[in-house]
Amino acid sequence: MTEAAHDTLWVYLSASPLLGLTVTLLAYIAAYRLYEAVGKRAIVHPVLVAVAALIGFLHLTDISYERYFEGAQFVHFLLGPATVALAVPLYHQLGKLRRLWAPIVVATLVGVTIGTLSSVGIALLLGADLQTQLSLAPKSVTAPVAMGISEKIGGLPSLTAVLVVVTGILGAVLGSLLFGLLRIRDEDVRGIAMGITAHGIGTARAFQMSRDTGAFSGLAMALSALSSAVVVPMLIHLLGIG
Amino acid sequence: MPLIRNLTILLVFQLIGETGVHLLAIPVPGPVLGMLLLLVALIVRRGPSKGLDEAAGGLLGHLSLLFVPAGVGIMVHVSRIGDEWLAISLTLLLSTVLTMAVTAWSMQGMKRLMAARGRGHD
Repeated sequence: MTEAAHDTLWVYLSASPLLGLTVTLLAYIAAYRLYEAVGKRAIVHPVLVAVAALIGFLHLTDISYERYFEGAQFVHFLLGPATVALAVPLYHQLGKLRRLWAPIVVATLVGVTIGTLSSVGIALLLGADLQTQLSLAPKSVTAPVAMGISEKIGGLPSLTAVLVVVTGILGAVLGSLLFGLLRIRDEDVRGIAMGITAHGIGTARAFQMSRDTGAFSGLAMALSALSSAVVVPMLIHLLGIG
Repeated sequence: MPLIRNLTILLVFQLIGETGVHLLAIPVPGPVLGMLLLLVALIVRRGPSKGLDEAAGGLLGHLSLLFVPAGVGIMVHVSRIGDEWLAISLTLLLSTVLTMAVTAWSMQGMKRLMAARGRGHD
């Protein structure tokens, strides 16, 4: 092919949704392989690596985020059905919920409230912009719900998505250390604290601790998604900053 | 066909959720209401079909893939993060530790309270 033909092909491809969608999947698969290769260490979480690789790629090829998203939106769209699908694991955990419902409900509401107030409060004290504070508010909630909340209260959903991932990684990395320091040994307590603080990424880590810890963490993640959708906008409204 | 059918079930509940949130003007994302309604349906029907179980598992097994496109959107906010990186990092670190500790303490406290009450009744 001549150079002109190459250029035409590139113009065609970079304008087509096919490219954005395909590079998203390729970047994720490669990042996941790397994650497995290093023994699933949370620090090289596939989302962080894939996002970094894709940003690098878009910079090198001079493709705008809007154009990339025309293809990537097909993946992004699945966040909605994935949120609905959380009902299935939640259903499977109902037996555990019945036995310990009072401690779990109290811990969930306390955790969601502290998570929201502390992120807004600390960000305010450190002089972060209002929109940054609002984007931080739902940082412990699973991504699809967190982004919905962020949009509703006037944050930036895409900034929230990244903050959610980083929070999940921090929770997964610091969890065992913190539980050791605080002498928290009960699997149900560890699991609930992990799921409330670090959503799906924390849940994946909790499953490495034990199957029950993981199950409680998954339950906490779903309960947090459910309650945060109401509690976070309410708290922001009460604070009068939304 | 099972894959299409079960994906359709999820989409139908999402659609009902979005419609409900819109009509009732409740401050909850549509998919969350959809999740709640699906949970009620599962309780009524005493559990998901094997196919729905697998479809949900497949979608949730690689949940992290689904937020990659939104995560790449950070490139639009590079200047904000550049200006506020210290505030953002400290907030994430302190708030994550605090949330995890307080959640664990409250769960632990409630369990002890209930155990003490249980003994009181004996």
